[in-house]
Amino acid sequence: MENSSSSSIVSTESEKNSVLNLKETELRLGLPGSDFLEKKAGTGISLFGKDLKDEGNNGFSQIPLKNLVSGAKRVFSDAIDGSGKWGFSMKGGSEVDLGNGGSENNNTLQSCLAGPSGKEIGNPNPAKPVEDKKNENNSTAPASKAQVVGWPPIRSFRKNTLATNLSKNNVVEGKSGLGCVYVKVSMDGAPYLRKIDLKTYCSYAELSSALEKMFSCFTIGQYAPHGLPGQEHLRENCLKDLLHGSEYVLTYEDKDSDWMLVGDVPWEMFTDSCKRLRIMKGSDATGLAPRAMQKCKSQS
Amino acid sequence: MAYSFPEEVLEYVFAFLSSDKDRNAVSLVCKSWYEIERWCRRRIFIGNCYAVSPQIVIRRFPEVSAVKIKGKPHFADFNLVPEGWGAYLYPWISAMARSYPWLEEIKLKRMVVTDESLELISKSFKNFKVLVLSSCEGFTTDGLASIAANCRNLRELDLKESEVEDLSGHWLSHFPDNFTSLVSLNMSCLGSEVSFSALERLVSRCPNLKTLRLNRAVPIEKLPSLLRRAPQLVEFGTGAYSAEIRTDIFSNLVEAFSGCKHLKSLSGFWDVVPAYLPAMYNVCSRITSLNLSYATVQSPDLVELISQCPNLKCLWVLDYIEDAGLKALSSYCKDLQELRVFPSDPYGAEPNVSLTEQGLVTVSAGCPKLQSVLYFCRQMSNAALIAIARNRPNLIRFRLCIIEPQAPDYLTLEPLDTGFGAIVEHCKQLRRLSLSGLLTDRVFEYIGTHAKKLEMLSIAFAGDSDLGLHYVLSGCESLRKLEIRDCPFGDKALLANAAKLETMRSLWMSSCSVSYGACKLLGQKMPRLNVEVIDERGPPDSRPETCPVEKLYVYRTVAGPRVDKPDFVWTMDEDAALRLS
Repeated sequence: MENSSSSSIVSTESEKNSVLNLKETELRLGLPGSDFLEKKAGTGISLFGKDLKDEGNNGFSQIPLKNLVSGAKRVFSDAIDGSGKWGFSMKGGSEVDLGNGGSENNNTLQSCLAGPSGKEIGNPNPAKPVEDKKNENNSTAPASKAQVVGWPPIRSFRKNTLATNLSKNNVVEGKSGLGCVYVKVSMDGAPYLRKIDLKTYCSYAELSSALEKMFSCFTIGQYAPHGLPGQEHLRENCLKDLLHGSEYVLTYEDKDSDWMLVGDVPWEMFTDSCKRLRIMKGSDATGLAPRAMQKCKSQS
Repeated sequence: MAYSFPEEVLEYVFAFLSSDKDRNAVSLVCKSWYEIERWCRRRIFIGNCYAVSPQIVIRRFPEVSAVKIKGKPHFADFNLVPEGWGAYLYPWISAMARSYPWLEEIKLKRMVVTDESLELISKSFKNFKVLVLSSCEGFTTDGLASIAANCRNLRELDLKESEVEDLSGHWLSHFPDNFTSLVSLNMSCLGSEVSFSALERLVSRCPNLKTLRLNRAVPIEKLPSLLRRAPQLVEFGTGAYSAEIRTDIFSNLVEAFSGCKHLKSLSGFWDVVPAYLPAMYNVCSRITSLNLSYATVQSPDLVELISQCPNLKCLWVLDYIEDAGLKALSSYCKDLQELRVFPSDPYGAEPNVSLTEQGLVTVSAGCPKLQSVLYFCRQMSNAALIAIARNRPNLIRFRLCIIEPQAPDYLTLEPLDTGFGAIVEHCKQLRRLSLSGLLTDRVFEYIGTHAKKLEMLSIAFAGDSDLGLHYVLSGCESLRKLEIRDCPFGDKALLANAAKLETMRSLWMSSCSVSYGACKLLGQKMPRLNVEVIDERGPPDSRPETCPVEKLYVYRTVAGPRVDKPDFVWTMDEDAALRLS
């Protein structure tokens, strides 16, 4: 019996769903509601809005949903699949190069990451000796750099200034040229903010998943104080509450300091104009949609 | 005891001791010296806000007028410490408000400062003079407004690269009309425009203003007006240094700069239009410090400017300077002590400028006083590092960032062990070192063997095994701060050198291979350390004990486990530690 934290409640179907749905959940321009019928409802719980099948008559478009409670596994599996976000060598060399204790520790690491759906995720690249790494460095020239958190070590102020400089001078070498865009993410009711780099995500689906993982501890926490025994029992109840009770909606503040619903504009446009994010209760978010649509219309 | 001096005499003598080290030594001589010293210590430095509590500090030092406190670990600068981790100022202010009514100076680094704290500062300390917020966050311009409005004797307000929620520029207008004591103002990190007339009037009525660092929003055309009102300025930071090219703007600038006979330091220079750089040439001969690290200006223009500054001691610049520019630097600026070269396009796949290891080698050869280096580049070789080490054995700080992690010697494809080995072997006074590139355990053997004065070491994507960490912990006698990310260091070295950790301020390890079990064991073995596991995946005991923790922060403390932890931080063996504190 898995004795795991909330973030590791995974169902194998959800993994499959999320992989399959990635294409479907990409944002396209269009009126809200037009895409919904095409999408399948994800299994499990949504932090951001109810399951899609309920949304036909809602005024605003929801972020395309995928399964939420994938937690840590999803992020790690992304990284291990080579996107380089895990923070080890980006060229896929020795991710966990542990010298003499190599293989043993590798397995341990794997078992921590894998959990119940270990088989789904696949193996991280096995530890490689230095020579292999050298060869890899020579032969592979990455077209676009995957970005490692906090590397190169440059402070936020400088990074943000750089990003502005580069966009002003039109020196944009592909997406990677604009560096990182750190935005603060707040959630109504959560005790503190988070900061994320929007450039590490390629789609709303990824962003949504990462945020859910980050903030799921808060929504659970609202109902079950940290450290209570019988936490799992409480969790079950909380999740049901989330389904039927308060729903959360992801909003952002754009360059004009307007608050918009996330998901209305193409991803690139969103990352360029997003200054900060706020996860607010769905009930507070009514009234955002009409402005968002007008803005979209006037911009297109 | 029969021949001891009267207390007053000792107190008078102790007043000449400014260094904390000396004062600490004095306080250990005997009980009466401890007592006398603690009553007359005025300046306190707290390198880790969690190493001690406000109550303990106040109990020992009842009459303090200046505090300096550091909060988050250094890697917080690079977003490795999750938001909400801690380092809150408020508990300190609320305790000091009661016990230090005559507090004059607060200097903070990497702390979370709220508007509430700022307001409390502004209202609690009647003689408050100096506020320096370096890399802090959590406050808005409203907090600054409280400071401006209430601190009648304020001399220094320095926001050094803090993250301020900029609601508006109105805060500056809160300085009262009869406020004249300002000596230093650094608002370069703010985004909003302040009322320019308020700024002008402020500058006019503060005759002792020596440092003025403006923010980007102040346009170049307005600079002359400020410079004319403050010809006594020693340090000046421009705003955006650009405008369409007009002779009247240019000549106004020339005139205004010429009037400042005491200028030594220049900074700012966002959005530079190169044609305006010559406006400063009249002051360049006196300039000792130049921060061009936001100036997107090409090498020839940079060289022209630098060639006018023979007395330059400190240069911060972007890699647009290129090897050619650094060569010029090394020939014109023989007094250079500190060089920082920042990357203009760190995330690009290909280099965008011709800056290589050669530039640094040339400067190391040509500038005999060079002691402090921060250098971002894309290629390095052992030969270059060895040359640098031989040229400059007087280096004190050497921070090299080769942009690609684990990049080998580009000539030989070997690790850079011997290069960095030469650095630590030749530079015997080295206090700070940051490594990068491809490195094996070997480099750590060199460091452990030679770097006996090393106080701070930063390691990323390096090493092969625990042996590397063991060399450092067992060999570096002066080590105070060790920060490590993405290295295959695990339990053995950490546990074997547990005692060493009590001689250091702190250890940070993230994305390494330290298991939860080892962290627990360390916490048990060392009750005077706080062994904090940071893990956003949920409670560590929901995973196997052999599972590595995401991040580990270990620091010595007399205050016991902290009480303000967020839910992604766990203190190991908290109960035992609590019993002891």
